[in-house]
Amino acid sequence: MGVIFFLILFSISVALIFLAAFFWAVKTGQFDDQYTPSVRILFDEKKSSTKNKTQTTKRDS
Amino acid sequence: MEDVIAKHTSCSHCGEPAEFNTNSELSFCCQGCETVYHLLADNNLHTYYDLDSTPGTTIKQSIERKRFDYLIDKDVQEKLIDFKNAEVASASFNIPNIHCTSCVWLLENLQNLNDGILQGTVNFLKRRLTIVFDTKKTDLRSIVELLTTIGYEPNLKLDQLEEREQVSVPRDLWLKLGVAGFCFGNIMLFSFPEYLNMSVSDSVDTFKVLFGILNILLAIPVLVYSSIDYLKSAWAAISQKGINLDVPISIGIIALFGRSLYEILSGTGAGYFDSFSGFIFFLLIGKMVQKKTFQGLSFDRDYKSYLPISVLKLINGVERSVSVKTLTIGDEIILRNNELIPCDSILQSDSAIIDYSFITGESTPVTKIYGELIFAGGKILGSQTRMLVSKKVQHSYLTQLWENDAINLTNDKTHQSLADRISPYFTFIVIVIAFASCLTWFFIEPSKAFTVFTAVLIVACPCALALSGPFTFGSATNILSLNGLFLKNIEGIESIGNVDTIVFDKTGTITDSEKAEITFIGNALTEDEKELIFSSTKNSTHPYSKKIYRFFKEEGLNYSIPERIEEIRGKGIHASFQLTNVHLGSKSFIEEYTGIKIPISGTKSSHVYIVIDYKFVGSFEFKNHLRTGVDKLLNKLKAAFNLYLLSGDNQKDGIWLAKYFDADKNMYFNQSPQQKLAFVASLSDIQKKVLMIGDGLNDAGALNKSHFGIALSDKTSSFSPACDAILDGNELQNIDKLIEFSKVSISIVHFSFGLSLLYNITGLSFAITGHLSPLVAAILMPLSSITIMAFTTFATRLKARKMGLKIWV
Repeated sequence: MGVIFFLILFSISVALIFLAAFFWAVKTGQFDDQYTPSVRILFDEKKSSTKNKTQTTKRDS
Repeated sequence: MEDVIAKHTSCSHCGEPAEFNTNSELSFCCQGCETVYHLLADNNLHTYYDLDSTPGTTIKQSIERKRFDYLIDKDVQEKLIDFKNAEVASASFNIPNIHCTSCVWLLENLQNLNDGILQGTVNFLKRRLTIVFDTKKTDLRSIVELLTTIGYEPNLKLDQLEEREQVSVPRDLWLKLGVAGFCFGNIMLFSFPEYLNMSVSDSVDTFKVLFGILNILLAIPVLVYSSIDYLKSAWAAISQKGINLDVPISIGIIALFGRSLYEILSGTGAGYFDSFSGFIFFLLIGKMVQKKTFQGLSFDRDYKSYLPISVLKLINGVERSVSVKTLTIGDEIILRNNELIPCDSILQSDSAIIDYSFITGESTPVTKIYGELIFAGGKILGSQTRMLVSKKVQHSYLTQLWENDAINLTNDKTHQSLADRISPYFTFIVIVIAFASCLTWFFIEPSKAFTVFTAVLIVACPCALALSGPFTFGSATNILSLNGLFLKNIEGIESIGNVDTIVFDKTGTITDSEKAEITFIGNALTEDEKELIFSSTKNSTHPYSKKIYRFFKEEGLNYSIPERIEEIRGKGIHASFQLTNVHLGSKSFIEEYTGIKIPISGTKSSHVYIVIDYKFVGSFEFKNHLRTGVDKLLNKLKAAFNLYLLSGDNQKDGIWLAKYFDADKNMYFNQSPQQKLAFVASLSDIQKKVLMIGDGLNDAGALNKSHFGIALSDKTSSFSPACDAILDGNELQNIDKLIEFSKVSISIVHFSFGLSLLYNITGLSFAITGHLSPLVAAILMPLSSITIMAFTTFATRLKARKMGLKIWV
């Protein structure tokens, strides 16, 4: 029986960790702008200094 | 044919038709675009053009560097900069031009153009750029200049200097929602044994105690953190002897919490903490939707957001840029092409052309001469103009009009939302039922009286009622703005839905200044003559020249560069080519410069006369023209509404508009803003719900006095006076549909009110008979909330699709 008490309390603490993570995410502004990051993720990393006109937006690797 | 041309010669930067080619591969519409293109290409920023094709904005207007002098000013800097230490500072700018992926990419890679910029972060939806920069290497002014150079001029306006904008969906709402969701889920888990009625062994009792305690612990943060806004708002309403929707909600919250606490502590039951936290969770979701909707709606409506921050002032003969707030009577200021007049002034230059379209909606610029008083709000066209300040900014005509009593006194127009209106009755009925059933049970079975009393309060909690409004209106405003009608607040839908009278302000509302009908009167022009006129008008900023230019542009004429062009502002153009001279302009201009007498034609409309090689060729006639689709619209509206026309103009358009309006009673000309205001007020006095469609600040009083005021705008980013909504000029033809749709949304709200009341009645029948188990409550409450959310969202979308309105996918 004791193990169930332990599991219940353990599961709550795990859930609390996620709640804390959510708090952290909100406080660091990750919920302030929910659109731009979706655009930003598609950009390439900084390119080398070639001025190649036929560059595409795909990653090289 | 035209398509082919466009494909081959569209500007590589902005996609506008290109007019000169620099080399075989690239073509540009103007010098500005070319400069930017090379600037970006040379700085390894060519990806800008790869992400989207022709992402730029045309840069035809040259940039005056001096304009940003005021950014050196310490005070101004302090207000624009969010944060600063010894080396780094951060500032955010509002940039209306942000429109595509490329914009985001470029603005976040500005460090390639300016070493001092450390980081740029774009918030796409808010059109906001935050820049962190090294204060040793660069300054605010160079950054703003850089942004302007590449076509992303920040919107630096007076009101921005006064207060900082706040985050629209506050972070703590997210947190409250998170806490409520977290507790809701966990409490639900701990309540499962209760739902399933598991009582097998005696150890269950220990679990019951444990779960009870855990549920209490989890419910406390929901009460004291997540739901606190509702309790506070209800308290505020009660202490002002009013009742809003938060009152019954708070009664429900307290009843739920108190009853559950009592049951668990006394060991008589499992309590309703699951319903309690779920209830708060759904309420907060509703609030979130409301906030998001509001975020999409908010627009500037203060005159301050229209006036520029700074102006060039002459101090001992030296031009210096100063903040407009510091201007005092007697200061001498200099305004350039396209700059706004910040305060009432006396003209010091010989003459000036002023475009008052912002104030009056009248597209034809007026010419003023030396010594005349010029009201604030006009835009200078043409060359630089000097003037003497005669009134401070805050005492100017524009500001006065804005702060007119009519605008401020009628602020009680803030409509009470439907839900708030019915909540006093709702609360009253619930309390009556609660006491009645309590009393009844007192005689039947006194022990149950208290239980039933709280059960009624719990189940009558208007959660679904509170969600109906936000969800329907959220989804409806979304659809409306997709279709070009931007509401100022959500309640606007209720108001627009019940109008019965429509008042148009003619100038610019139902006519399209861009499409003024232009006809040539005279003998047919030869190709050569057309080319000459085309080439002479190309570089003029006067609206009539622009229209003539556009008129010929469609014919695909060649542009030959004139040897010399002389433009007398507001009067005419004299262009000399190798072999010929072209004069075009007003009657007096032609007569003065060429000595040719112009035959008198009808004076009812405006004309531009053309003289080529000192021979009169003919004239262009400009006629106001209805916007596209407005003809049909007016006929449709005539059937359903009382239509009125108020115009500040003279009667020249009266004849051709008469067929749409009841000519004698419903058309009024030469109306001053005060008369318009009085007229709308008189309609309101006889209980008419007036929808006023106007533009320009001139109508501000009337717009505000009306039941619902719509400002028509051809650019949604432009200034909006005291209106309840902005309508995209191109969508005017759909206004009947939009009104109809608003009506439908109200019915949807009413229907979902009915639905949620039905849930309440079902719940009440359980409660009154004493059968409200925690399980019933836990099913009924989320179910009602979810049905309402789903119903309202789908119903509005379905209706919009049926009506042929655009909906988002």
